[in-house]
Amino acid sequence: MKWQQWAIPVSGVPVLALLAWGLTRDARIVPSPLPGKPAPDFALATISGDSLHLASLQGQVVLVNFWASWCLACRAEHQVLVDAAKRYRDRGLRVVGVVYEDSRDNALAWIKERGGDWPNVLDVGSRTAIQYGLFGVPETFFVGRDGRIIYKQIGPLDTGVIDQWVPRLLGTDGPTAPADTFAEGRSAGHVRLSPDFPTAGGTVRRP
Amino acid sequence: MNGVIGHAATLLALLIAGCGAAAAFAGGWSGNERYVAWARRAGFAVCALVALAFLTMEHALVTHDFSVSYVAQVGSRATPVFYTVISLWSALEGSILLWALVLSVYTAVLVRWSKRHAEPGGDPQLAYALGTLLCVNVFFLLLISWPANPFRALSPVPPDGPGPNALLQNSPFMGVHPPLLYTGYVGMSVPFALAVGALLAGRLSPDWTRVIRRWTMVPWTFLSLGIVAGAWWSYEVLGWGGYWAWDPVENASFMPWLTATAFLHSVMVQERRGMLKTWTITLIVSTFLLTVLGTFLTRSGVLASVHAFTQSPIGPFFLTFLALVLLGSLTLLAWRSDVLRSEGRFDAALSRETAFMVNNLLFAAFAFVVLLGTMFPLIAEATRGVKVSVGGPYFSQMTVPIALLLVFLAGVGPALPWRKGSLELLRGKFRWPTVGALVAGAVLAVAGVRAPLAWLTFVLAVFSAGLLVVEFVAPTVARRASTQESWGSALWRVCASNRRRFGGYVVHAGILVIAVGVAGSATFRREQEWYMVRGAVEPFGRYQVGFDSVWAAHESNRDGVIAATTIYVGGSVLTRLNPRLNYYKSAIEPIGTPAVRENLGEDLYLVLMAYTADGSHAMIKAIASPLVGWIWLGGGIVGLGALFALWPGAGKATPRRDAVAGPVRARARPAREARV
Repeated sequence: MKWQQWAIPVSGVPVLALLAWGLTRDARIVPSPLPGKPAPDFALATISGDSLHLASLQGQVVLVNFWASWCLACRAEHQVLVDAAKRYRDRGLRVVGVVYEDSRDNALAWIKERGGDWPNVLDVGSRTAIQYGLFGVPETFFVGRDGRIIYKQIGPLDTGVIDQWVPRLLGTDGPTAPADTFAEGRSAGHVRLSPDFPTAGGTVRRP
Repeated sequence: MNGVIGHAATLLALLIAGCGAAAAFAGGWSGNERYVAWARRAGFAVCALVALAFLTMEHALVTHDFSVSYVAQVGSRATPVFYTVISLWSALEGSILLWALVLSVYTAVLVRWSKRHAEPGGDPQLAYALGTLLCVNVFFLLLISWPANPFRALSPVPPDGPGPNALLQNSPFMGVHPPLLYTGYVGMSVPFALAVGALLAGRLSPDWTRVIRRWTMVPWTFLSLGIVAGAWWSYEVLGWGGYWAWDPVENASFMPWLTATAFLHSVMVQERRGMLKTWTITLIVSTFLLTVLGTFLTRSGVLASVHAFTQSPIGPFFLTFLALVLLGSLTLLAWRSDVLRSEGRFDAALSRETAFMVNNLLFAAFAFVVLLGTMFPLIAEATRGVKVSVGGPYFSQMTVPIALLLVFLAGVGPALPWRKGSLELLRGKFRWPTVGALVAGAVLAVAGVRAPLAWLTFVLAVFSAGLLVVEFVAPTVARRASTQESWGSALWRVCASNRRRFGGYVVHAGILVIAVGVAGSATFRREQEWYMVRGAVEPFGRYQVGFDSVWAAHESNRDGVIAATTIYVGGSVLTRLNPRLNYYKSAIEPIGTPAVRENLGEDLYLVLMAYTADGSHAMIKAIASPLVGWIWLGGGIVGLGALFALWPGAGKATPRRDAVAGPVRARARPAREARV
């Protein structure tokens, strides 16, 4: 075999190297530069006809929850939010819903049916969703008192996630958490992204 | 007990496959027939043992033996028997067991065939091919013996399991699509093994090429049907009204199909003219490599995909196997490039060889575009550190022009003669198809088809279909003139005289039908959704969609909420559709089952999106998909054409009028090859 001929098999090596490197990555984790950064501000009309400026809530702990009436996972999540809003209201938790790719009528019917007394804004043109780098609905951003995003939940919230983060955010006034705890999480609702096959031991991974 | 039997069977099969592979290579190397005979016995034994393991797993599933890890993972007492049986391939370990079964059956069939085919005095390429195939068996048996062992014993034994993934027990297509696809996908190992056998033995005879071609046709047919069945499943189950999303797993099944299709065309040039040998062998090796690469990409968690299995430890194993196969076969190709030297050369630009060349370039470009799009997220992350996803727009922009050219060639290629075509001949053949295409174009334009790509697809499809009709009609007319037979019997005799050729043309016709279906459904789809009160009727194009009621139904493995709707056209009832939402215990979100009124002209597709607790309101989405049924119809035509071409006896082709005695034709063909 002449040396030139060796070029053919050698050409396969970079491909294999790339794949080997790929094995060390997890394609399902979608990184976001947002945790640790100030939450993008917005001033939008609510579905009940008022308007809401996110900056006006500075100093309070806010859950910015993106949802839509056509989103099936949001249905399961809504009750969790209603409970959380009730349980933490006295301690100052605020919830802001952002209606994503949906109509005002649909959103009103949803709230009327399922409850929830927090403001919901209409994100016409999805500009706010783009600013937040929204991957899909539901998605929730936990904003601390200093206006910074501390945690981002991809997929529906559950009570565990709420109870893990909200008391920490409510408990302090200054910077709410050291930088290394800035994180993003995902729940079983990331089925939208890749349906993990359920196993007896459970496959829901938490970073 | 099931776990012990199953695991023992796979371990024994692994051992025997390893010994068999060694015996086969020793037999090929030394020319000792006794070694090869042992390798053959090993092939049968592996098949029997894997079948035993497979049946043991089925038995464990059906009898709810939750001491077996895989049963505890996908089984459930509440799941109906049918879904319990097919849940064997609903998760990673079981799907590899199915893979191993299909592979071992192919191995046994190759062994049986090779017994009749073997030349006295040894046949090194056959022995090497058998050895290679047994090596592939070794790899998959290694997977199910160790990192993806489905027979692990669980203690304590759980009383019940979660049942298979909810999406996978929501439609009977789960029983059809994976076995078809695997039979195609896994079957590509056989032509690969045959090609490696030829390269190792250092001889690639025209006979052997024909053998590889026939062994490719079988998995190709299954792969085609599997892909169409998968698209149909996606359409019928997922509730988005589409059938193809350029998901990595879909691409993984499509790329080998593209290269295998290219191979089936280039191999004809090789048979006829002794040209393109290196290219042809490269294509068949690439096809196998792409099946391994596709499986690696989707089973290792390297790419995000809607089909991706749970992160599993098999990634490094697959990568090692891929590395061995890739480097090994490339080295082999480079080493043996002298054996693959071309014998013939191109005579004229206007010839079938040229059409095949262009066709091959297009298929290769198509496969490359899909591969690049699939791998790009990985490349981008490695080079620029950014996460990107490649979506439909990239694939549409890149592949539609290629697909349109292929639609054009599907008719033009068969119309061109070998070696050198004359303009006169072409004028005669092209006249009526051109007229037909022009008329069709004008009619479509008048009828209001304004989308240029769809219009072009329809016109090209009519043109190519016309050329194919000429290919059928001209010899039939000639035969009738000489034999006075009836039209039907003359057509049948003509087709039966060269099954491979006319079967191929039927396949082309099927592809044209699919192209029309894809263009129509992608371009003219309409959708709308309403929040409706019971008794409301909403207009939707020419239909009126009436929402009558919703009710709940309890089934053993799921609860369903079903909407009753009535579809009216012009005031009279067209049909009643019942889209539903299903609640499985293993799924957080409900899984919808759309209701579809299938019609070749236009499908009406209803999805129940949501409903109120008192059943007074429902959110219903309607999708109208014109011509989508043509895709499934075209898939059926492709299958029939391939079956016709493959039917035993197809080798007894009578010499064709335009046949030229090239180097391949000049060789006497042994009679036994007629039944490869």
